[in-house]
Amino acid sequence: MPFIPHTPEDLRAMLERIGIPALDGLFDEIPAGLRLHKPPAVPPALGEAEVARLMARRAVPERRTLNFIGAGAYEHHIPAAVWQLATRGEFYSAYTPYQAEASQGTLQVLYEFQTMMASLAGLDVSNAGLYDGASALGEALLMAVRAHRGARRVLMPATVHPAYRRVVRALVKHQGIEVIEVPYCTDCGHTLAEALEPYSKQEVAALVIPQPNFFGVLEPVDDLVNWIHARGGLAVGLVNPVLLGLLKPPGGWGESGADIAVGEGQPLGIPLSGGGPYFGFMTCKAALVRQMPGRIVGATLDKDGRPGYTLTLQAREQHIRRSKATSNICTNQGLMVTAATIHMALLGSVGLRRVAAASCARTQALAEKLTAIPGVSRLFAGPHAHEAVICLPASSSDVLRSLLQRGILGGLDLRVDYPELGHALLVCATETKLTEDLDCYAEQLQAALQDSRVSPC
Amino acid sequence: MLIFELSRPGRGSFHQAPAPVPEPQLPPALLRALPPLLPEVSELDAVRHYTRLSQKNFSIDTQFYPLGSCTMKYNPRACNQLAMLPGFLAAHPAAPEAAIQGLLACLYDLQEILKEVTGMAAVSLTPMAGAQGEFAGVAMIRAYHDSRGDAERTEIIVPDAAHGTNPATAAMCGYATREVSTDREGNVDLAALRSAVGPKTAGLMLTNPSTLGVFEPSIEAIRDIVHGAGGLLYYDGANLNAILGKVRPGDMGFDVIHVNLHKTFSTPHGGGGPGAGPVGVSARLAEFLPVPVVAKEEGGYRWLTELERPRSIGRLSAHGGNVGVLLRAYVYARMLGREGMARVADYATLNANYLMAELARAGFELAFPRRRASHEFIVSLKNLKETTGIGAMDVAKRLLDKGFHAPTTYFPMLVSECLLIEPTETESKETLDAFVAAMREILEEAHTRPELVKNAPHTLPVRRLDDVKAARDLNLTWKPNPG
Repeated sequence: MPFIPHTPEDLRAMLERIGIPALDGLFDEIPAGLRLHKPPAVPPALGEAEVARLMARRAVPERRTLNFIGAGAYEHHIPAAVWQLATRGEFYSAYTPYQAEASQGTLQVLYEFQTMMASLAGLDVSNAGLYDGASALGEALLMAVRAHRGARRVLMPATVHPAYRRVVRALVKHQGIEVIEVPYCTDCGHTLAEALEPYSKQEVAALVIPQPNFFGVLEPVDDLVNWIHARGGLAVGLVNPVLLGLLKPPGGWGESGADIAVGEGQPLGIPLSGGGPYFGFMTCKAALVRQMPGRIVGATLDKDGRPGYTLTLQAREQHIRRSKATSNICTNQGLMVTAATIHMALLGSVGLRRVAAASCARTQALAEKLTAIPGVSRLFAGPHAHEAVICLPASSSDVLRSLLQRGILGGLDLRVDYPELGHALLVCATETKLTEDLDCYAEQLQAALQDSRVSPC
Repeated sequence: MLIFELSRPGRGSFHQAPAPVPEPQLPPALLRALPPLLPEVSELDAVRHYTRLSQKNFSIDTQFYPLGSCTMKYNPRACNQLAMLPGFLAAHPAAPEAAIQGLLACLYDLQEILKEVTGMAAVSLTPMAGAQGEFAGVAMIRAYHDSRGDAERTEIIVPDAAHGTNPATAAMCGYATREVSTDREGNVDLAALRSAVGPKTAGLMLTNPSTLGVFEPSIEAIRDIVHGAGGLLYYDGANLNAILGKVRPGDMGFDVIHVNLHKTFSTPHGGGGPGAGPVGVSARLAEFLPVPVVAKEEGGYRWLTELERPRSIGRLSAHGGNVGVLLRAYVYARMLGREGMARVADYATLNANYLMAELARAGFELAFPRRRASHEFIVSLKNLKETTGIGAMDVAKRLLDKGFHAPTTYFPMLVSECLLIEPTETESKETLDAFVAAMREILEEAHTRPELVKNAPHTLPVRRLDDVKAARDLNLTWKPNPG
């Protein structure tokens, strides 16, 4: 029997010790009318080799593609050691480290992770991880409202990832929190402090500041932090951890720094994997640590005075505080965080900065090649990170379909979420794309445009 | 030793990073001035460091892990290998559906399998953990009442033995929590439930078998009381392993459920996630399921999003949830197959009842001696504590010395000095017997050498840690020595 070690003799001996004649007797407290009398209608069992064949067939895409989509999930090189180490059984099959003495490996990894993330963000403390970037943003806003103790209104620039905005709405809507969307400047592609003025007379708990924003454009973070702090609200940075190797950390924004910084951890060694599992991270100023959701690891001493690590500040959490907890969360996506810690240790600050700089350079080069094609233009002129918006002289969905036939995942269609931009694509090239890949995209785009009916952007 | 203490300037080789390029022309005010505190180590340094750290963990692969309510069963290696096939790992979440048909087929099939084994009408796979599944479930209960213009329902009822996530989730969905008591046999007190329900009742959250390790025999009466008051029934799937293929939450009358794939469907716990908490609902709640869900249509598989599901409670993750975890659960479900589902419940329950009987023989006191164990059961050390001063935590720590992970301690809080023990179906009789022998030894030690137990563990990388100091003198990040 797969994964069940009992021999017929074991079964007989065990039933005898329990004092019942057959397995069925174990279920005699379940009302008879509810019991199932036939196996569920699911497919019959497959052996390991059969299921391996099935999965191998399903894992192979119909054609090989070059990926130029980013939009919150980025294709970076992952060192071989990262997942070979993370999938060691001692990490892979361990439980949440409640029994600290039997979990020093995981706990120390988390302590190292917290140190790395706090430093990357330029803030005092980090938790041990959350589900993903979008839900981390939702948790950050709930936290900001708790910490503010007055306003239940938060400002959300329209330059924040559209899916993140949806997740935030789903997570906060039952707690009487108003999420106000702030329009962006359609010329420069970022939020202007002027756009916030209509809210300057209202009490606001927090302003979200994405850096870079969804379009890859760099926001005027110093101005935005200063604006919200002048009005007594908290600044919540939404950042890409790889780009933090290059960009000014949230703790250094404006005169007094962002209060909370969160983001998607996937770029730190986590495969794209169809959208998950990834992990979210959250860092903040020391004064806010008791409002933080999620697991937090602290260093302490054992009975003999030796250093060790343990989960701490658990009085915030659901298993102690129940309905008064900061969140119902009880995971920190531990395995993903373990992989990310190893990834950062292998790359170091120099490696991380190189990945960030190379990705920015690749995207810049891609945008130049694409906009050399007649009719293709670039939106938003200011400073960019590793994404760019290009505008097409033909239907964006038709062009993407045609590019897929040519082996190119050409970017994210912005038509649904930003119809005001016309037929626009969000494109990304990380350090994994070579010059020949960029040339290939440009050639195929040119061909795809020749195929489709050209209309003005 | 921390990885930072291994760091030496100039040691990094950066062969895993791209070659340096001229830095992008960005305004200096937007750039980082000081590098982050990341170590500079060789690849071997890092590999050795993290390998050694892993060896300081207990894990299923190395130890028996009888952790109640956590279902620490064997995580088959095939599930990991097949979920990490390069084609799956390379799939971008925003890739066109035409490019990821094989992946979507796996997800669709998993939805269908979960519908069938839970008896629910529709399933969404997106919640990223059990607690997020709970959030989705209670949010759907709220959406259902709201859709009927029924705004008076402000309370969620939970038994006093419930997981802490239940009341925490109710609060996140804007509900007050009302607790109902448990009777002496570990069942929901029906009289207390009858007086608790009313026009304010939005729903009841129930784990069955309960966290006390017993099946709730009055489930049909409970269903009628809650439904009679206009409330909905929420099934916390934490203990689904006990009844897989035996009885279905849908047939018991539950309207909403979540399933912990990291428990019943054997995806790894990973030292604290990632898990997955798919939700299932009865037909009247299907339109509220979180998006995206996978649909099968003539041309193939596709995501259904907010556009097709305007009444959905919305999106819980930026993409489609913990897809890699879902793939592992799918592989596991296919290997169990039709015949294997009920076998899980059979042998999980057999192991629990055998262990319960043997521990009782060894002199341990059962919390519910007249009841059949489900896949788990409770031992109370109340008397041992009174006579020897040795409590549940001491026994738990001493077990670590003997090479066993501790059972769940001090949960549920209803039973004092409790050990909640769940062996799972993947452990052999020999392992269970060895555990009983270790427990016998500890019982003996409690009487003859109590200090040995009280000061345990003795053989682990650290001895008992000072939790009070950890919370009082907060040290959450390493800082370089200023010297």
